[in-house]
Amino acid sequence: MEVIKVKSLVKHYGTIEAVKGISFNVNKGDIFGLIGPNGAGKTTTLRIISTLLTITSGSIQIMEYDLSKQAGEIRKIISYLPEDAGAYKNLTGKGYLEFIAHFFEQNKTQQIVSKGVEIANLKDRINDKVDTYSKGMQRRLLVGRALMTDPKLAILDEPTSGLDVNNAQEVRRIIKNTTRQGTTVLLSSHNMLEVEFLCDRIALISDGIIIEEGTPDSLMQKYEAKNIEEVFTKVVK
Amino acid sequence: MSSLGNIIKKELRELMTPTTFIPIIIIAIMFGSMGNAIGSIEEEMEERPIIGFIDADQSNLSFVATRILEGFGDVVFNSSDISEKEIGIEELKDKDGIALLIIPSDFSEKILNNEPSEIEVYWIMKGAGILDSISSAVVEELFSTINTNLSYELISNNATVNASTALNPTSRNDTTYFKGKVLNGVSPSDVSGILSSQSTIIPIVMMMIIIMAGSTVISSMALEKENKTLETLLTLPVKRVSIVAGKIIASALIGLMLAVIYMIGFSYYMNSFQFSGQINVNQLGLVLSLGDLLLLGLSVFVTLIAALSFCMLLGTMAKNFKSAQTLTFPVTLFALIPMFLTMFKDFDTIPLALKAFLFGIPFSHPMMAPRALIFDDYLLVIGGIIYVSIFALIMISIAVWVFKTDRLLTGSIKRKKISFRKLKK
Repeated sequence: MEVIKVKSLVKHYGTIEAVKGISFNVNKGDIFGLIGPNGAGKTTTLRIISTLLTITSGSIQIMEYDLSKQAGEIRKIISYLPEDAGAYKNLTGKGYLEFIAHFFEQNKTQQIVSKGVEIANLKDRINDKVDTYSKGMQRRLLVGRALMTDPKLAILDEPTSGLDVNNAQEVRRIIKNTTRQGTTVLLSSHNMLEVEFLCDRIALISDGIIIEEGTPDSLMQKYEAKNIEEVFTKVVK
Repeated sequence: MSSLGNIIKKELRELMTPTTFIPIIIIAIMFGSMGNAIGSIEEEMEERPIIGFIDADQSNLSFVATRILEGFGDVVFNSSDISEKEIGIEELKDKDGIALLIIPSDFSEKILNNEPSEIEVYWIMKGAGILDSISSAVVEELFSTINTNLSYELISNNATVNASTALNPTSRNDTTYFKGKVLNGVSPSDVSGILSSQSTIIPIVMMMIIIMAGSTVISSMALEKENKTLETLLTLPVKRVSIVAGKIIASALIGLMLAVIYMIGFSYYMNSFQFSGQINVNQLGLVLSLGDLLLLGLSVFVTLIAALSFCMLLGTMAKNFKSAQTLTFPVTLFALIPMFLTMFKDFDTIPLALKAFLFGIPFSHPMMAPRALIFDDYLLVIGGIIYVSIFALIMISIAVWVFKTDRLLTGSIKRKKISFRKLKK
């Protein structure tokens, strides 16, 4: 079953053409990675799928919903983690998770928050103000926020950005576990090792166009590469 | 280039932005406008006041008074028949006059009998602003000239009057006509004094509330962008209108709390001058009824919502906290202009173009409302409430629309192009 169907997606910012007619599908329970150089159109694509930006032309379907017409319904089943996201500094970590949880099922607020606290794994610091958190702690809180609601689709832009090796590994493990519970993940990353470890399928995007798509193994085979980083350098010259 | 020169060049490039200069330019323009206003006070003081008088005494002493009136004023009504009082008042009203003075038939007889003679003055008051009261102040000045000249006349002619009468030969009995009310025993300066307390305090309170609550909304939007929390908020299952309304309502509550604190202090202040200067404002009818207070409250409330909606719209343009501070300037400006205008001039006495401008600024209405309510000008107040409500609705609608576009995140608005293919079909 396809959770995301992107067809001929085009996005213009004034005269700049950021996305030039890309198409891809993501199956349920898969982790789909968008990789590409800076300014390739990855974040724009993720922001459009997250209902933040409008479509210039083309279409996107998330589950049974048309993104152009049913953005409100889509927001109930997705969760978006922007690359440089922040949290409300005057709230405690737990207070922030509670604030977010209140927008979802009212009778499950405590359950959602408990899951967020568990994923963030900030121990006693969860009761401290966000203002006092390090960048890594804040990122873990935000990952907890993004995954605590058991979204049908998690859209993660550079999920391990700003995390040290241990924390990054822990977050990758959490993302992998999430898909076992039925969540589909669409992510972008510059970390090719991360992409290789996490993703079931990859799309290589450059200058607003998808130039390659497939499983990590099939791409490595096609380009006779040892790893995805090598595939990347061969494809994006 | 030396290191110092390099640093100076870099600093200048960072500091020379519209953010730095726009507020200063606006303040300079405001000071310039205020300078012009003060200039017109001087002109108005030099103008000859339009007056009328009835000299029922026709004596040497009354001629001393009328000569001064003719010398310093522009006399448009002159009579010796006291029964022509009403005609004189109407004549002055028609000719934009200020006051009708009635010198009684026993004017000189009373003075010579050591009794100060009472001159009746019927004032036609046009406005209660600082600039409006200048012409009546000029006429009041004529009375001291009349007294001084009468004293000189009495002393130089060796009149047999006591020192007290020689120094103060006349007294005044004032009646003021203002906005359909006849106020006995008070002069325009007394009325201005009572009303200026309101026309000073309420605009200042309103201005402070609008600026404080408004900057809260703008900063809130700017902080959402600066702290990168806006994107998350916009992907949550919450309607855009709820986000806009939530921010406006929270800031309105803060604004109202501030208003209540100010109003408590203000009500104590009002109580302190209810009987000040032996003027009973209740007796004169210069107080607000319960219905008036409710209308005033409604005017304040809708204006606050309108101000916050306008600020929400400005907030969507804020990129960060610094730009938010710049964006509060239009709000400050639109709060300061009506504050100064309502202090200096009455709505009724300003030129039509300025009237339209003042009416168009939504923040003017609660500043003009107290005076309008005291003088039963409900059309201005209710019309203002309707106008401000419409303004608020339009601002909220635009803000919600902006929330639905890319403008909030990218700074540009998606323009829909007309497809020629679709047109052909």
